[in-house]
Amino acid sequence: MPIELSGLLYLAAAGLFIVGLKRLSSPATARSGNRLASIGMLVAVVVTLLDQGVIEYVWVAAGLVIGGAIGVLLARRVAMTGMPELVAAFNGFGGGASALVAGAAFLLGGTGGAVTALTLGLSVVIGSVTFTGSFVAFGKLSGRVSGGPVHYPGQRYADPVILAGTLGVLAWFMISGDLLEFWILLGLSLLVGVIRVLPIGGGDMPVVIAFLNSLSGVAASMAGFAIESSVLIISGALVGASGLILTNIMVKAMNRTLMDVLIGGFGGDSTGGDGSDTGDRTVRRTSADDLAIVLAYAQSVIVVPGYGLAVAQAQHALRELADLLADRDVDVKYAIHPVAGRMPGHMNVLLAEADVSYDRLYDLEDINSDFAHTDVALVVGANDVVNPSARDDATSPIYGMPILDVDRARTCVVVKRSLSPGFAGIDNPLFYKENTLMFFADAKGAIEDLVREVRTA
Amino acid sequence: MTLIVSLTVFVLASFVGFEVITKVPPTLHTPLMSGSNAISGITLVGAVLVTGAGGSSTLATVLGVIAVVFATINVVGGFLVTDRMLEMFKKHR
Repeated sequence: MPIELSGLLYLAAAGLFIVGLKRLSSPATARSGNRLASIGMLVAVVVTLLDQGVIEYVWVAAGLVIGGAIGVLLARRVAMTGMPELVAAFNGFGGGASALVAGAAFLLGGTGGAVTALTLGLSVVIGSVTFTGSFVAFGKLSGRVSGGPVHYPGQRYADPVILAGTLGVLAWFMISGDLLEFWILLGLSLLVGVIRVLPIGGGDMPVVIAFLNSLSGVAASMAGFAIESSVLIISGALVGASGLILTNIMVKAMNRTLMDVLIGGFGGDSTGGDGSDTGDRTVRRTSADDLAIVLAYAQSVIVVPGYGLAVAQAQHALRELADLLADRDVDVKYAIHPVAGRMPGHMNVLLAEADVSYDRLYDLEDINSDFAHTDVALVVGANDVVNPSARDDATSPIYGMPILDVDRARTCVVVKRSLSPGFAGIDNPLFYKENTLMFFADAKGAIEDLVREVRTA
Repeated sequence: MTLIVSLTVFVLASFVGFEVITKVPPTLHTPLMSGSNAISGITLVGAVLVTGAGGSSTLATVLGVIAVVFATINVVGGFLVTDRMLEMFKKHR
């Protein structure tokens, strides 16, 4: 294939990626967008296979078949609750592949100058950090590694040395272009990924996955610089930008900064305060039959699902309840906090799986003003994201975090096992407010009881 | 391709990325992540080139084949799982 033609087809592939991503701006067109992007990928791969530089097909074919089979298996098997782990693993594979491409390109052709050495080196560094970092994140998310922050002795002093050492070796490799420095660089980068993600607590994982997502794109871009492929540079840059935007959204929603998260030590770690001390405050309890009446005779209900809902696998029962209420002409909406799930947009996927219509799902900014004229806010399995301290108490550690204003609804109902604090480890004054009713129960059992009671109400 | 040309492409593509991605609603952020993740599997192109070169270095071929496997998992798995999720996003009533 003449080089002009393959160049044009690569450009077409990059164009399809952009159009595909653009179609993700609405759930109605998103699926076709994903298909367009996958067609773009197919075009790029076929063009590459026809490249005159490709003369050895057996190994390539073997790799494609094995990788394809594993990919299909993983994509089919994963439960929607396991999506964060899967995306973490995919990030890792992508980053690892970019590092390996740079390695192989170096072994084949050397560096040919400081500039290429730098791009090769960066591809190895970013790709390797993404690789090991993602698999540590995968371990934490799937419960194979402790979810809490893990430190090794002397980390405070050793980490800066290791980071500086990695940059030093990168500079050394730029000048020398030797194999030895290449291996040292690879080893150090793999180590950095492990030691930088281990200290990050489970609660911060949404930020970490989004950030690693960005890095996997940047690694692909750097590999593109190294092997002079513009389709790699473009696609990598798109993903890099996407991951950065998501990282930023998550960081803001959690009231953190990226630096805080990367330095680690929060999330899963108790930061003081305890929920057991109710003092002289009173809690108003409710039961399924009373609550069913409240819900059935309400005009408007906003459901606020949290991750506890998904853990209890109660989203299907919740949809059933919402359908029953809708049959009684109750206006039911869902308010989704950006960190309601374990990754950006996770709760929306879980509710979509339970067959909730996507036009019933509202983002924080779009629905917050509605609470004030809503009869019932039904909070299921969420805690910190509805804690009014974040809005009202300047001394609270979560002060400034955007929350859903459920306390402004006429009645706020919280379905929760106990008064224990959430991820941030702080007390929630919402539970003691006059217009709050506590329904102490497991989310799934509670919703199923409600479904039964509403049927007869 | 000179470094400046590459850098130009990179910077302009980043701007396009920011513009396009900012318009993706939060409800689709998980499919966005898995879908864009599949796109970062474009490194498969590089993996095929280095593996298919049939070069003198056995080690390079080994690294290349592993890269092909990793990138293909990323591409195939990423697009498929995204499709699986997007299929569930429905509007009714």
